[in-house]
Amino acid sequence: MELTADEEAMLAGEEGPAVQAAMDLLVRYGEALGAERFLDTDNVAGVPGMVNQFLEGYYADGGATHEEIFARHDLDADESFEIPEAKAKTSRLQGTVEPDNWESFGTDPEDARLDRESETFASDHDVEILKTCTPYHAGNLPSYGEHCAWMESSAVVFINSVIGARTNVEGRESTSAAMLTGKIPDYGLHREENRYGTHRVDVDVEVDSVMDWGMLGYFVGERVQADKPVLVGNYGSPSRVEYKHFGAAAATSGGVELYHVVGETPEADTVEDAFGPTDPVDVLTYDEAARQQTYHELNAVGDDRDVDFVMLGCPHYSIEQVRTVSRLLEGETLDDDVSLWLFSSRKVGEQAREEGHAQVIEAAGGEMMTDTCSAMSQAVPPGTDVVAMDSAKQTHYLPAMVDGVEAWFGTTREVVDAAISGTWEGDLE
Amino acid sequence: MSDAESDASDDGAVDAATSDDPAADGETIVLEGRSVVGGYVEAEALVTEGTISGWGGVDPYEGTIIETRHELTGECFTDKVLVFRGAKGSSGWSSIFHTTRLADTAPAAMVYEETTTKVALGAVVTRAPAVTDLDCDPTEVIDTGDLVAVDGDAGTVTVTKRGGD
Repeated sequence: MELTADEEAMLAGEEGPAVQAAMDLLVRYGEALGAERFLDTDNVAGVPGMVNQFLEGYYADGGATHEEIFARHDLDADESFEIPEAKAKTSRLQGTVEPDNWESFGTDPEDARLDRESETFASDHDVEILKTCTPYHAGNLPSYGEHCAWMESSAVVFINSVIGARTNVEGRESTSAAMLTGKIPDYGLHREENRYGTHRVDVDVEVDSVMDWGMLGYFVGERVQADKPVLVGNYGSPSRVEYKHFGAAAATSGGVELYHVVGETPEADTVEDAFGPTDPVDVLTYDEAARQQTYHELNAVGDDRDVDFVMLGCPHYSIEQVRTVSRLLEGETLDDDVSLWLFSSRKVGEQAREEGHAQVIEAAGGEMMTDTCSAMSQAVPPGTDVVAMDSAKQTHYLPAMVDGVEAWFGTTREVVDAAISGTWEGDLE
Repeated sequence: MSDAESDASDDGAVDAATSDDPAADGETIVLEGRSVVGGYVEAEALVTEGTISGWGGVDPYEGTIIETRHELTGECFTDKVLVFRGAKGSSGWSSIFHTTRLADTAPAAMVYEETTTKVALGAVVTRAPAVTDLDCDPTEVIDTGDLVAVDGDAGTVTVTKRGGD
């Protein structure tokens, strides 16, 4: 790779051994990609210093402080050294531990301790503790064209597509190295020529709700896999929540990291803009039959209509979504046999409390959660057999991660109604 | 397979033993590509034409593929040359393969067809010899059970066919 003077200096150790190891890892990674140079980044989202019991045990011979584990694991170095503060602005993404309710989640106390320690390590190194899969709802909103180094597929597809920021799906080690160097390989979606669409998707049925955008995303991802779909047709101006559910679903059933919605997203004023010099490799049609089929696929593991758990907040809810649930639950009481968990970032959770929505949800019997989700922490309330959700992504993952649970997918209103009545009555309009 | 061989023959990359049966035991094919991680290793191949999911698709403590509906479900890649299309799924891909190295369950080498950030970073931190950008699709040329020598420094893969099974 061609290195600039500051990159050469970092690699030579002029900024200390940790930055040197970070640069060495990035060079190995950049060469593995076939990249020719690095870009500067000042926006990193990762999981620096996250430690589980296996890693703690493995590195125990070296003393296993978080500093040492960061050096040897995050930076893939053979020795450990002092870790300086983050050079690039860095956000900590979600984890596997709920900070206040980990005991009722069935989390091992050792895992809860490690999570607290890794959070302290991160904040001591100037990482902002967002603990969310939706940094863009919690104060980290990149700008158009900004080069970022983010993990978390649903967040990557959101900032690429909806904002026009530029990031690949990075991993733990590359984000931790970027945090110390402010560098990331100039590869993939950082480059204009790789941002044009590949597939045209003709949307022939009205798509105008969070549920419908989630289904459309699930349909599109399954068909284009990791390619770049361009939507044309019958939709209004999607809200940021609708975009979020579309992208999360498309990144789940396929591996979509960038999409364009013609007339709406910033790199797709026209079909020509979206495809640039390339021609679509295929054209898909999303019509009423496709919509029905997707709905039935998502509800394939639902049989028993006796709902005992409602999971909200995949990806983590925005404040608007919390408000919607608060309005639906105002003056209501959840069915005795149903638990409702609502997951958001800490910031959205705090705002919901300041605005009084958290109290309304709790008064009805719901619980406000942060930092993680059911799939990440593999936690559902004891005795859960049937879950209702408004997220295509969580509906895809949860039955696979928690043995034997059935899942229903529907609108936010249907899901909240099921929490109140205890019975699934959702249906496709 | 004959297509792949003739493609390779065109750029002189084949060093095939003379044989009436193209899949005969002992036939040798040399694929030339690009080095991802250096080092040299010889081991048996485990091949999938599909992509591999890291988080939720691999048990790093056992070194097994656990994704349901995958052609390698239940198979162990430890100490094998893992030949695969590429990576898919969560951004935890590198972490999962990084863990296989620490748990002594890592593949002996990686040979893959499609470069992405997930597979490139995962190969780097697994630190096993790895090669990509070969002159023909390795998932078509190499079969599970073939003896494969991966030269991560030269960027070559030498396949000794163990045809017939």
